[in-house]
Amino acid sequence: MSLLEVAHLTAGHGLLVACQNIAFSLEAGEVLALVGANGAGKTTLLRCLAGAHRPSQGQIQFAGADITSLAAHRRTAQGIALVPEGRRLFPDMTVLENLLVARAAKRSGDWSLATVLDALPQLRPILTRRAGQISGGQQQATAIGRALMTNPRLLLLDEVSLGLSPVAVEGVYAVLPRLIEAGIAIILVEQDLRRAMATADRLICMLEGQIVLQGPAADLTREAVTAAYFGLNRIAA
Amino acid sequence: MIWINQILQGILLGGYYALIAAGLSFLFGVMRVINLAHGSLAVLAAFLLLVIDHWLGISPFVGLLLMLPAMALVGVVFQLGVLERSLRGGVLIPLLATFGVSLLLDNILFALFGANTRSFASHIGTLSYGSWAINRSIDISQLDALIFATALGLLGGMHLLLTRSQLGRMIRATAIDADAAALSGIDPRRVRVAAAAMAMMMVGIAGAALGMRSSFEPYAGGAQLIYAFEAVVIGGTGSLWGTLIGGIVLGIAQNVGATINPHLSQISGHVVFLLVLVLRMRGAGGLLGDLRRKIRRQPMAPT
Repeated sequence: MSLLEVAHLTAGHGLLVACQNIAFSLEAGEVLALVGANGAGKTTLLRCLAGAHRPSQGQIQFAGADITSLAAHRRTAQGIALVPEGRRLFPDMTVLENLLVARAAKRSGDWSLATVLDALPQLRPILTRRAGQISGGQQQATAIGRALMTNPRLLLLDEVSLGLSPVAVEGVYAVLPRLIEAGIAIILVEQDLRRAMATADRLICMLEGQIVLQGPAADLTREAVTAAYFGLNRIAA
Repeated sequence: MIWINQILQGILLGGYYALIAAGLSFLFGVMRVINLAHGSLAVLAAFLLLVIDHWLGISPFVGLLLMLPAMALVGVVFQLGVLERSLRGGVLIPLLATFGVSLLLDNILFALFGANTRSFASHIGTLSYGSWAINRSIDISQLDALIFATALGLLGGMHLLLTRSQLGRMIRATAIDADAAALSGIDPRRVRVAAAAMAMMMVGIAGAALGMRSSFEPYAGGAQLIYAFEAVVIGGTGSLWGTLIGGIVLGIAQNVGATINPHLSQISGHVVFLLVLVLRMRGAGGLLGDLRRKIRRQPMAPT
């Protein structure tokens, strides 16, 4: 049984269909990269998985249970954590408070404040600073730390490198091997194709709300992904 | 010496205003709702205490142990039945809904208790009139000092709860960004219910203070709402300690005005409020400034 199974998922914003008839599965501990141009529906898909957006059709099964209509906080309690695009930290609260607040999920596991700070040591010196006053890289690390504090089985990372300096991106990505080693399944939305293909076991490419290519990252060429990314196959057909 | 006395009495009066404003400020901070039923709910609390006192023959201070949980329950019902539903309708619907609740409560209390004024003064012994003489010109009312200390304790306790406890962090996170709070495992609906219950317990304490320091009747809520609103606006929203400062400024303004001319007591408080309101409406901060920005963001509904 797969950890996550998505079937015939369709979601939109008003009349705009953001993703249509999406179907894929994810095994425990697997890393899946979700790539696609802006507006391809990646963020909407992740938000549907996290319970932050209600799909109009389809089904989401997590660990064998149907979670399609489950509220976001209940999904977090089941082990799904989203690091949202733009971080969505609580800016008036300190970094420490941002981490501790995620204890509300009440999930037991290996991740505690101590282990999160071990994995993200860059947070130690800024624990008492307000989250709204730290750098983008530090904010991203805080957002990942907050998600880890919920002890997730599935971590959804939405554009974690967006707007960050190359050094900050390296700092954020440095934690991923430890998460993979801990057996956390990851769905990674990433614009950087090279990084996505190097990090993930499997890759899904979306175009205009639909999956146009998927397969093991090792089996896909960069040219094939690029062609799917820009819809060149459709143009050729 | 008379001015020092009036300012000191104004500070003590400010403790009561801070007490009555704390629940209004807290509810606004968490849910961005201006609860127009706030004053009527304080009067409801006073009547609840009166009924408890009448039935059980106990001191109002002991009666608080029963009244406050009852007010917490009122908060839960108020949140689930009125605020949660009306919040879905935008910014103006909660104003209308809470105004409706205020009218309903006032008239239910009038139907049940009539128009007679009530007070707990006769139930609290010498505390209602006892005072400490500082010198020949300055006396401090024991009850006013107790109410001021209660306000300090309540605001300090709330400050500690919000900054040091997990519930406090959850309340603050939900107030900042309810969607992000949900993604962190927080149930925003439950947090808002808890916050409403806490706000109503604060209203309950304010209602008890109202009944002890003066008299109340079913329609006394309007004046209490105005004092609370003025203290919140003067002190600025988002800060419980700002509410205390707002209450003290209002209290001093009223007492200083009364010293100049007894007829100026209420007016001078309102003038200070209006001055601060105008400044806040022109600036970025303030409860009404916040509301104004929200209204501007709302598209006009089709007619």
